[in-house]
Amino acid sequence: MLAHAIFFYIFSLIAIVSAIMVTVSKNTVHSVFFLILDFISISCLFIMIGAEFLGMIMLIIYVGAVAVLFLFVVMMLNVAQQKNQWFSARESSKHIPVGLIISTIIFFELIIVIGGWKYKPDLVSSMSLNIDSSISNTHAIGYVLYTDYIHIFQLSGMILLVAMIGAIVLTFRQRSGVKRQSYFSQISRERSDGVELIDVPSNKGVKSDD
Amino acid sequence: MEYLSIIFSETYKILFLLVPVLVSVAMIVWLDRRIWAFVQKRQGPNVVGPFGLLQSLADALKYMFKEVIIPSSSNKVIFILAPIVTMTLALISWAVIPFSATQVLADINVGILYLFAVSSLGVYGIIMGGWASNSKYPFLGAIRSAAQMVSYEVSIGVIIINVLLCVGSLNLNDIVMAQESLWFVIPLFPMFVIFFISALAETNRPPFDLPEAEAELVAGYQTEYSGMMYAMFWLGEYANILLMCAMGSVLFLGGWLSPIDLFPFNVIPGAIWLILKILLLFILFALVKAIVPRYRYDQLMRLGWKIFLPLSLTWVVLTASFLFYFNLLPIN
Repeated sequence: MLAHAIFFYIFSLIAIVSAIMVTVSKNTVHSVFFLILDFISISCLFIMIGAEFLGMIMLIIYVGAVAVLFLFVVMMLNVAQQKNQWFSARESSKHIPVGLIISTIIFFELIIVIGGWKYKPDLVSSMSLNIDSSISNTHAIGYVLYTDYIHIFQLSGMILLVAMIGAIVLTFRQRSGVKRQSYFSQISRERSDGVELIDVPSNKGVKSDD
Repeated sequence: MEYLSIIFSETYKILFLLVPVLVSVAMIVWLDRRIWAFVQKRQGPNVVGPFGLLQSLADALKYMFKEVIIPSSSNKVIFILAPIVTMTLALISWAVIPFSATQVLADINVGILYLFAVSSLGVYGIIMGGWASNSKYPFLGAIRSAAQMVSYEVSIGVIIINVLLCVGSLNLNDIVMAQESLWFVIPLFPMFVIFFISALAETNRPPFDLPEAEAELVAGYQTEYSGMMYAMFWLGEYANILLMCAMGSVLFLGGWLSPIDLFPFNVIPGAIWLILKILLLFILFALVKAIVPRYRYDQLMRLGWKIFLPLSLTWVVLTASFLFYFNLLPIN
């Protein structure tokens, strides 16, 4: 148990410190790297409480895909410059009220969750699901997700699909005058389309089309 | 005391796994160059040691005694971290590879997810190296590599789902045991081909080595690296290639199982069979490097998103329907 506690405190310390560093660090790319460190330590915490499927999925989706795209965007845009403008300009105070409102809401939500957990410990045992503890948690999630909650699961998939299509439609623009490669027409080209044999008359030559 | 003894026994096991992996990485580099040379009717490295076997050792020594140059305008911490990340990620994934029913360092429930997660983290070493160098070619290489690896991971993930549908477990030993009667390479042959090509793209091997295309980007993300740091990138890359071969042989070629369950074959230890299968896949990797020209970047993206992804998704539907119709789903 001692080793367990030591590892728990190491990972949670890393998670908290890196979460603070995400907001504090000046360089935006450093922020994203701290965010990645945060994700990794949180997935370690998930694995420590026995939710290995959730931990791995967290690693694959958030660290392996989402954070890569974050990094991609942050590196491509010159965000560091923009940020300095925000800090130096007078209008920067515009962002503070919105941020304050959101952080207050999150703070109260956390209080509700922790309060419920501390003062009503039977909350966890009173849930309606009966999960068989003998099967691995991958199987347990599968049994619940694809039976009782299949409609909600499908619905969330649909929402993600709509979001994806929406993003594509918003950024799609058809530029004119761009030569596109058509693989079908390339492959279906015959010899007769491209090569023409001409009997060249003597001393006349051939006039080419282009 | 109890913890200490646990730590010592685990360290012993880890060393027993990692030292052979590192040695075989050095050997595999030699093999790669040799095959490449033979295809092109050259000799390849044949001077140092018998058949040039010690060439990698000589190279490693050379890198060790070279100066490590850190560019003055680079982001130093991330610049130094990048090769360390690449190397570490390439080595930690070997923890879950089963060499026989009992010879596995960590026999975890979600082994295949762990492998997939670690291989998807591999892109960070490249992005960090490319960005921290603060130079144009490394940055372009890193951006290319990030987009490429994220794209091909998707199809690898879907292919893994195909295999999992037939197995019903995420444990790597269960996956191997499920292939006792029939290796998955036979029923899922198209998926094996797609997995092989995606593995080439995932490890930035030719014909998908655009992140380090020497004709246009010098050496991509490795341009600013020198000495031991360059060697670490190099080791990490080849360890990743070996890992992809191991993953392919566990998923499709029956892992440590012997091909025929007859007398002379089934007494050979499973580790030998696994190593032979990894070698077979690696020789294919090396041959592809020698005979196929480099892809253009838009063709690479098209292949990943417009061909491999729909094909592997369709195959998931096919596999699932087949298993469901014939009542073969592995429900326990």
